[in-house]
Formats: sequence, C-alpha cells, structure tokens
Amino acid sequence: MSDKVKVTIDGITIEVEPGISILNAARQIGGDVVPPAMCYYSKLEGSGGKCRTCLVKVSKGSEKDPRPMPKLVASCRTGVMDGMEVQNITSTEVTEARKGIVEMLLINHPLDCPICDQAGECSLQDLSYEHGLSKTRYEFERRTFDKIDIGDKIQLHMTRCILCYRCVYVADQITNNRVHGILGRGDASEISTYIEKAVDNNFSGNVIDVCPVGALTDRTFRFKNRVWFTKPVDAHRDCPACKGKVTLWYKGEEVLRVTGRKDQFGEVEDFICNTCRFETKKTSNWVIEGPRNIVNTSVIASNHYETLKPLPVIETSQVLIDANKVEFDRATKI
Amino acid sequence: MDQKPMNFWERMYFPAIFQGMAITFKHMFKKKETIFYPEVEREFSENWRGLHSLKRDELGRERCTACGLCALSCPAEAITMIASERQKGEEHLYREEKYAAVYEINMLRCIFCGLCEEACPKEAIYLDGPIVPADYLRKDFIYGKDKLLEDPIASDLTLNI
Repeated sequence: MSDKVKVTIDGITIEVEPGISILNAARQIGGDVVPPAMCYYSKLEGSGGKCRTCLVKVSKGSEKDPRPMPKLVASCRTGVMDGMEVQNITSTEVTEARKGIVEMLLINHPLDCPICDQAGECSLQDLSYEHGLSKTRYEFERRTFDKIDIGDKIQLHMTRCILCYRCVYVADQITNNRVHGILGRGDASEISTYIEKAVDNNFSGNVIDVCPVGALTDRTFRFKNRVWFTKPVDAHRDCPACKGKVTLWYKGEEVLRVTGRKDQFGEVEDFICNTCRFETKKTSNWVIEGPRNIVNTSVIASNHYETLKPLPVIETSQVLIDANKVEFDRATKI
Repeated sequence: MDQKPMNFWERMYFPAIFQGMAITFKHMFKKKETIFYPEVEREFSENWRGLHSLKRDELGRERCTACGLCALSCPAEAITMIASERQKGEEHLYREEKYAAVYEINMLRCIFCGLCEEACPKEAIYLDGPIVPADYLRKDFIYGKDKLLEDPIASDLTLNI
C-alpha cells in the first residue's frame, strides 16, 4: 500500500502507482475528468507532449512541496506526486487554454471534413466541436501540400496533419525499418517518406489507426462510404503475424474496411497486420463475434439497429415472393 | 310506416327553393376558388418546401461533395448516395475532390422536412422545387441526379481548367 501515491483530479482522489502520468491517472478514474489527447498514445513509447491539448492545472505540487506549478502542464508528460492536486475541467484557465490550443491546431487544418474519410471518428473534429470557436481568426494563407501515396494502400494528406508524431513512433517501434519521418522544422515540418519510398512493412497499416486526424487514410477505403453509414462488427481470425482481433466495417453484405479495435480513448487494443487490414475483406475469412459497441454520443452509433442482419421479409415466404412477382409484372406492363 | 300529410308551411316550399337558388346564382358571378392544377399553380409561400434540387456553383460545377450529412439527418432515410473521386480534367464539373456519382432520393419516403437542406455544409441541396408529380410506378419515385440536378448554366460562363 505504501508504494502507492494519492492524487486528486478534479476533486476525485485515487491511489495510483508512482511514476505514471497525470493523464493515465485520470484515465483510471475515467469519465469527464480525462483530458483529451491528440498525440499521446499509451501503446507507443515516447509519444505525447506535442499537441498540448491535455494541459491541466496543478494546484498543489505534492505533499512535501505544496506550491502550485507555475504554468499549465501537459498531463501526458507529467508524473504524479504524492498528494498532488490537479484541476482539469474544474479550472476555467484550463478550458480557456484548451480552446486556444484547438484554435491553433486548426490554423493550418483545411476543414475539409465533408471530403475527409476520417470524419465521424476524428479526434480533432470531436475536440473542436467541444471546445472550438465556429469562426477562425486566422487571416493568412494556410499551408497546403499535395497528396502523397505511401505505398499503394496508404495515402498521406499532409495538409490535414497536426504533427502529432504518432505515425513516426509506430514506424519506429512496431515496424522494424522506418522509411518515413518528419522533415523540416517548426512551421515547415512535414511527414514524408524519403523519395516517397513505399512502406512495405507488414505492420505499416497501423499508421492509419493511430492518426488522430485524416492525414493518413486507407486508400482501399477512399471515398467508399462515410463511416457512420457502415456497421462495425467485431471479428477475429487466425493470423500468423498478429492477434487477428479486428473490427470489420460493413455496408450491407460487404466489408468496406478493417481496422483495429479502438477503445474509449481512441487507441487500438492490438495492432493488426497489413494482411488482416487490406487483403482479407470477405466475411468468410473472419469469425464474427458480434456488433461492436459504439458510445451513443458518436455519430457512428446513429441509425444502428439492434440486430446485425435485418429480418428477412420476402426471402422466406414463397407466397409473398409469388405475390410480389405478380405485382411487379403487372406494374411493369404499363 | 305512415306518412303524415304536410302542413301549410311545408307545402309552401317555393320560397325556400328561391332562397337556395339565389345563393347558387350569386356564386356564379364570384371569383372561382378552384384552379386547374397542373396547368395553373398557386403561388407558393416563401418557406415552401417542395422537390429537391442539387445546386451548382457560380461556375456551373456541382456543389455536392457526397459528405452524407443529408442522408444522416434524414429522419425518413430517403437519401442514398455513392461517392466518387474527381479525375483530372473534371475540375469544371465538380467543385470538390469528391462528388456524388449516384444521388437518389426516394420521394415516397421523403417527408419534406427540410433537414437535409439545413444539414448541408456546401449549400448544395434546396427544397425549392414544385410539388412532386404523381406517377404510376414506385420505381419512378426514386429521383436520381438526372431529375434533381440543376440545369447547367450558359456555356460561356463555365470554367475551362
């Protein structure tokens, strides 16, 4: 018991392991006190500290040194101390700062959500909806880039990128040879591959899942459908390379895309291989587990019905089929 | 069943007939309320919601980008669409990178609530048309882009990219 530290976030006290970040402590509490995170990814070592959306106010440093921290701190990179008191949504300073951060993230973002395939499951979209202003104060030209195809399955829209570095960490840690990274510095930095070299690693597709915005998208799903018209279904298969636990996104009978299973913080439970993601898009390849639960605040949950398949109306009854045919013939004769 | 003989006032039915006929003849000289639809149409109110139309922008390009928000907002689930990617050389046809290759509204399902109009981020759909005409077959009520899309504007205005 003694090695646990006490930390209070928005008035809720929790005992956590020493050394973990404030963000992870807040995630153990769950609910509204969890700061949003655009760049931090618990499965990727070293991620976080880039986007500043997870800023919190530390009103009491620790039991030994109760002075508050002078500035807002990034909760994903700040470790907890015993007796620390943190304010997230209870502090107007934090919500104001977060509003400013969202505005800054949106400075160069094209806001082409009607076209973007990520719309509906985009962290930036949710964040700006929650905190953002409906107008921009930015008067200058936004930076634009041409689309780049990273291999034949992944497409990079650098214009939409918020430089969270998640994909770079994926390439570094999950795949064994990194061929893309960040070129340039500061305002000029951009995600790129060297001489647009194809990412041919078997786990390269995970950069699509980790991307919080629509910068890295699935080319096999490009413009196929909107996310909220597809039905997510959990499925698994025996895969020699990965665990094979995925979410299939159905439209009718057809699997439009395959992604990893995302948890409540938008992080995949297991990284999946490219064979699962791009090659196996038939129902016969998978063992269906059941519909995936989507939080009902998400747009993806709209128009989803309880049953996986709509009940057959006509196929089963010969009387109905015949009656329908007679009606159809009569109607088409006119 | 026996009928009583009519009394004097009942036998005097002529005044009632003349009274009734007077009203009838008076209406002959009044303005007729009936109109001969569809040759003649009543004036619609300003917020009238009728047949949908898919708009073009000032350069004659289709505004719709198949974002699906109209279909999402539709309470009757009357709208379906299939998106497609704009190819090189089609910049004068479609305004955005993505466009609706197929856009269908089932007019039998549509309740003309106007939510699609409100949801549209591109100002591409408006319910500014007339009353949806009657038809014989169900399939003819599924209106595709051929019926919904606005006529292209004069060719001298179209952009040549």
